[in-house]
Amino acid sequence: MHKEDQPLIFEGSTPGRIGYSLPEFDVPEVDLQELIPAGYIREQEPELPELSELDIMRHYTALSNRNHGLDTGFYPLGSCTMKYNPKINESVARMNGFAHVHPLQDESSVQGALELLYDLQEHLVEITGMDAVTVQPAAGAQGEWTGLMMIRAFHEANGDLARTKVIVPDSAHGTNPASAVVAGFEAITVKSNENGLVDLEDLRRVVGEDTAALMLTNPNTLGLFEENILEMAEIIHGVGGKLYYDGANLNAVMSKARPGDMGFDVVHLNLHKTFTGPHGGGGPGSGPVGVKADLIPYLPKPVVAKVGDEFVLDYDRPQSIGRVKPYYGNFGINVRAYTYIRSMGPDGLKAVTEYAVLNANYMMRRLAPFFDLPFDRHCKHEFVLSGKRQKKLGVRTLDIAKRLLDFGYHPPTIYFPLNVEECIMIEPTETESKETLDGFIDTMIQIAKEAEENPEIVQEAPHTTVISRMDETLAARHPILRYKKEQENEPQNV
Amino acid sequence: MKHRYLPMTETDKQAMLETIGVTSVDELFSDIPEQVRFKGEYNIKKAKSESALLKELSQLAAKNADLRSNTSFLGAGVYDHYIPVIVDHVISRSEFYTAYTPYQPEISQGELQAIFEFQTMICELTGMDVANSSMYDGSTALAEAAMLSAAHTRRKKVLISSAVHPQSKEVLNTYAIGQHLDVIEIPYKNGVTDIQALNELMDQDVAAVIVQYPNFFGGIEPLKEIEEVAHKGKSLFVVSSNPLALGVLTPPGQLGADIVIGDAQPFGIPTAFGGPHCGYFAVTNKLMRKIPGRLVGQTVDEEGRRGFVLTLQAREQHIRRDKATSNICSNQALNAIAASVSMAALGKNGAKEMAIANIQKANYAKKAFIENGLDVVFESAVFNEFVVKLNKPVKEINQKLLTSNIIGGYDLGRDYPELQNHMLIAVTELRTKEEIDTFVTELGDYHA
Repeated sequence: MHKEDQPLIFEGSTPGRIGYSLPEFDVPEVDLQELIPAGYIREQEPELPELSELDIMRHYTALSNRNHGLDTGFYPLGSCTMKYNPKINESVARMNGFAHVHPLQDESSVQGALELLYDLQEHLVEITGMDAVTVQPAAGAQGEWTGLMMIRAFHEANGDLARTKVIVPDSAHGTNPASAVVAGFEAITVKSNENGLVDLEDLRRVVGEDTAALMLTNPNTLGLFEENILEMAEIIHGVGGKLYYDGANLNAVMSKARPGDMGFDVVHLNLHKTFTGPHGGGGPGSGPVGVKADLIPYLPKPVVAKVGDEFVLDYDRPQSIGRVKPYYGNFGINVRAYTYIRSMGPDGLKAVTEYAVLNANYMMRRLAPFFDLPFDRHCKHEFVLSGKRQKKLGVRTLDIAKRLLDFGYHPPTIYFPLNVEECIMIEPTETESKETLDGFIDTMIQIAKEAEENPEIVQEAPHTTVISRMDETLAARHPILRYKKEQENEPQNV
Repeated sequence: MKHRYLPMTETDKQAMLETIGVTSVDELFSDIPEQVRFKGEYNIKKAKSESALLKELSQLAAKNADLRSNTSFLGAGVYDHYIPVIVDHVISRSEFYTAYTPYQPEISQGELQAIFEFQTMICELTGMDVANSSMYDGSTALAEAAMLSAAHTRRKKVLISSAVHPQSKEVLNTYAIGQHLDVIEIPYKNGVTDIQALNELMDQDVAAVIVQYPNFFGGIEPLKEIEEVAHKGKSLFVVSSNPLALGVLTPPGQLGADIVIGDAQPFGIPTAFGGPHCGYFAVTNKLMRKIPGRLVGQTVDEEGRRGFVLTLQAREQHIRRDKATSNICSNQALNAIAASVSMAALGKNGAKEMAIANIQKANYAKKAFIENGLDVVFESAVFNEFVVKLNKPVKEINQKLLTSNIIGGYDLGRDYPELQNHMLIAVTELRTKEEIDTFVTELGDYHA
């Protein structure tokens, strides 16, 4: 990575340079004052930078050299499924017939796009064991909210108006309780037991006539399969609630267990995780939602359907929760996911899960002698370690994460889930080779030794990155959230 | 099985099983109860080779009428604009597109800086103090703006102009159910928000007045007059804005907007059958700590070097869980970079020049329609869209136009019962005079 500071693009701006080539202006020009009402023509131009095309390319190339992507190196980030992003996906998404189609064209002129969406839905129905799937939600969190809105509509249609609570385990992703609140529910926490699984006694205690749903990730964020899933389904269904599946960890169970067969009523998937839509530095994602038959009437509209040989957008859905996103979702990401599924096929997806789980268990067993292993049993696609032992030596999990940067690795997820002290959460995925896994394991073992013999080197890490640890307190206390020409370093008023 | 994405060999696998202490991979799944175990393989299509799949999907793509081989006059929130070729080359750098959210600043300075620059460009265009790192799209950004307003004012009523994108209104209505918001539409008059009606609807329960600028009909809303009503009633003033138009129009921030949201799709992002595009969200300093989603801030490292981090995270779901300002997690970061590259390529002159070309070409087309005897229904000034009244169903005319490789405008009757046979026509800088003239003639012929 380049050590030198890369100036902001604004700092590289030179008045008079251009980086564009606009189409010819070939219509008679009319005085702008005649076309735009007085007071609505901007007096001062926006301070966008002025650079040549090469200047711009060099700027972003320099920035990319200061960024770690999956193609740069191993990315064992737990619960994020940082697997290889196949290049064919990118080629297909850029085809003119997919990239340059307008969402409001006549349906007859977009049959190929609708067919792809329909076939993707069908594939996801089979993969999840649900009865129908919508591909409209933009990302996992929006999928969660969409699913909960459907559950809400279901209860309301049944005159069941007192179901105000959504139960989430203490190990759940933060989006679960946040989505529950956006959908108008109160989020209630259920505890995990000493085995890292939902505590059934506590679940029985918190459920009731006011339970709208239980949101569950299975395997959970500790990488453990919730073995009592059928009993949990019985408890929730017994009080009239719905069971919601957070599909963030689907990579662990493809072809091994389907949410629909486990008793789940609603499922969301993260196509940018299991199905290789790239993470894009934070997005865009795609968060399809699958449901059982009794929830089909509430799917967001329009629904992509097939009538005879034709693919149509069905807007005639009187019980639908309405629209959750303009048009038909993040189509470009859905194209990538579809391409991936078609590249893998049924045997490929089965192998994906088997290798994801094999890799995680292998890493867990090799690392177990050197770190605390809070849950000593087979994991699924990810596992958690605790840095408790190292903490006693004055080396925190954060330090271990930062030390990994010196060896070219993206660190695992840390301090999550919240119910494990000094948590280190590792998800290797199936696309990494044994050599890569061994390289990372050896580095972790070396860091564990450093913690005993030379803790400073870990505590002061990273040593090789373009910058050292950042002053995050300063960033929050005196927010500078944009570049300003004159008063560059002056904090904004809070 | 062997697959190009799966590197483990049989030898690797055996060695790993031995280390784990099991004899088969199946044993690792023994914790899945027998009753829920899936046996066999999914009943889905068999895998295809790379070349066979490329061929099949090329053929599928070819079933769509695309904007590169047809001439489009369709807009209605998604536009066929000039995309500098450099944009795709930048976002194809896999250090950007294969990265996760930049939670590790030491190895994510590139992404963080690029987003910091995006935030700055959005602030410049909108005239606002703070912009976040992106939202899913303009419509969900609008719904989030309504929720922010309700939380900030502790009021539950939202007034939204009927000249806002109908799909944004639909998305808002869905969010409103969970949030118990009372959404009321302000009627339009002559193509813009009816100020008198707004005045009558305004009361002390109103959390936000939401309008679009330019609005769904292409009209330039009188923001100054709307702002006065909104703030007199102590509600927040929310403006949904096409950022390209702000290359030439007075920014909403200078006209008193509290929140400006919209979609950066016009800057470098392909139509892509509706997504992914790139919502943006900008606020005044006063609302900085209530903004949804991720924010990048400038700070220094231990040696005093300038650097960037995700900041003010106490607003977000991964920290605050059920107390977060929004549930948003993934955003549209890669598309925010695409928009930034486009805005950088255009620069201050290009953004203005492109915006003006839209105004000029749309007005040329509007005039040509009038001269050709067609009825342009609203008198308000327009950016790059306007409404023409036809005497036949829009769908029917569009199907005929398609035979001449023309993608016609949007059928307003789909959303506005009173606007049956009304077509919303978009003319961007990409349309040539010749294309416009042909369109005017053909539409005139079919209409007659």
